Amino acid sequence: MKSPTISAPRSSGRRRWPDMGRALLKVLDRGAPLFASLLLLLIWELACRLFQVPAYLLPTPSAIVQGALAVALESWLGHIWATLRVSLQGYALAVAIGIPLAVALANSRLLSRTLYPQLVIIQSTPIVAVAPIIVVVLGAGDAPRVAITFLITFFPIVVSTVTGLLATPPAMLELSRSLGASRLREVKNIQLPFAVPYIFSALRISVTLAIIGAVVAEFVAAEDGLGFFIAFSTSFFKVPQAFAALGVLVTLSLALFQLVSLTQRLLFPWSLPDAEK
Amino acid sequence: MTTRIEPDGSRPAIRFDRVGQVFSGSDGGSVTALEDVSFTLRRHEFVAVIGPSGCGKSTLLRIIAGLVKPTGGQAEIYGLPVTGPREEVGIVFQQPTLLPWLNVRDNVTFPMKHKHGRVTPAEKQRAGELLAMVGLEDFATRRPNELSGGMQQRVGIARALLHDPDILLMDEPFSALDALTRDEMSFELLRIWTERPKTVLFITHSIPEALLLADRILVMSARPGRVREIIDVGLARPRSMETLSEPRFHEIANHIRAQVFRPAALA
Ligand SMILES: Nc1ncnc2c1ncn2[C@@H]1O[C@H](COP(=O)(O)OP(=O)(O)OP(=O)(O)O)[C@@H](O)[C@H]1O
Ligand SMILES: [Mg+2]
Repeated sequence: MKSPTISAPRSSGRRRWPDMGRALLKVLDRGAPLFASLLLLLIWELACRLFQVPAYLLPTPSAIVQGALAVALESWLGHIWATLRVSLQGYALAVAIGIPLAVALANSRLLSRTLYPQLVIIQSTPIVAVAPIIVVVLGAGDAPRVAITFLITFFPIVVSTVTGLLATPPAMLELSRSLGASRLREVKNIQLPFAVPYIFSALRISVTLAIIGAVVAEFVAAEDGLGFFIAFSTSFFKVPQAFAALGVLVTLSLALFQLVSLTQRLLFPWSLPDAEK
Repeated sequence: MTTRIEPDGSRPAIRFDRVGQVFSGSDGGSVTALEDVSFTLRRHEFVAVIGPSGCGKSTLLRIIAGLVKPTGGQAEIYGLPVTGPREEVGIVFQQPTLLPWLNVRDNVTFPMKHKHGRVTPAEKQRAGELLAMVGLEDFATRRPNELSGGMQQRVGIARALLHDPDILLMDEPFSALDALTRDEMSFELLRIWTERPKTVLFITHSIPEALLLADRILVMSARPGRVREIIDVGLARPRSMETLSEPRFHEIANHIRAQVFRPAALA
């Protein structure tokens, strides 16, 4: 049997190790996504080399980096700007039209009965198939690309915002009515704030859809943009450089996604689920 | 919103005239919540409503608040039929109904912001006083989710009192409070009511609470909700802890208990 006087110094001598172990675990936990990605890249590199996969099928990560460096920086920036410009314009348009439209749909039975089916039809149409027609109609320049991006991003924003607006607790609407406030104030002070979590979940999804929309548009008709660059590079069998552009697209998408999350965190901290506060 | 009507002492403050309410249920059936309820509240009278759960107490309150139009009969305030929510009415809802993105003080002043688009410094100050009154002055800048259920309910009470309404409708305002806070709040409400007389319709499940507060008690029967009995409390005012030990207090309490638990068929 151990007596307390013997076990006490022992445990204090040991304490340093669990502390360091815990610190290490913490670092591992924090960096888990990064470490996993690095490990995956390493496996990719080794597998390609080991099985001698030809670069035009699947280039190694190092070849992709080389391919990326072979392209001039201005050229990269030009393509990134073109894609970003179209994505953000289409996205902004979708937000600017989608949210007010959702407010109208949520507050008018007639409007939702007449407009909602049309929206579902638009959403059910494969935008990729319609894209060439839009290009023909709207001609060259940013307009057709912004329109395509808009069509892809718009629907989730409307649906999610309507859901959020309709999820306002009835007791809250009763409070509002008991005060005899105008319908406009009811929307602004009660319905919209209650819909904020729903709106932001739509904004997060839509911002990544906006990048997809811009790329789809660039595949169809464009002379710049990352989508165009990928199509162009592959047609000349410059596969590593196409993969590099893909990497840039993914990074762009992730950055925008995080930006939307950050905006919510800064402007509407109360709207975050308790686990994320 | 109808304009504020000057209260007229000769007319009853609130009148239910053969009020009935039938709800159509989502399953196609219908629920008779209220049937032939007739009752008047004199100006500045304190009336408690007691009855089994689901007997239509909240519905009665919604009708006089102008939130629900009765399917039968009519409700009147100062002799005029209720057609919608009115300025002189303050409501404490059964749920706290606080806005999660506003702090406690802004929740108390929310009615002003919502109605008029702005809050005056005087109203802000009054909000602070009301919060002190309900014992929440230290929580003015907290968010509702940092408050207990009972504390949230007290914020709701402060909010209803902000514009010093002439008619106060309270739906089980103290049900989320512990027994001690409940007594404290009851006396606080009596103090406010004595200082600034109001017509109060107070829904409760607690017989002692009803006896402590009210001039008269409206006892309702189970579905469909009807007036079973109207009891004149007749206990002397001002009431205090001593009131609770008066023989008449226990006499009426036992009587109401028997009334509420008596099956409707025997009524
Ligand atoms: N909006 C509604 N639609 C359909 N039925 C309703 C509605 N509101 C209330 N009812 C029904 O009317 C009856 C009375 O409801 P009410 O909320 O007035 O009861 P209550 O006496 O306040 O009960 P509690 O003491 O539990 O709060 C219930 O049977 C309820 O199912
Ligand atoms: Mg109720």
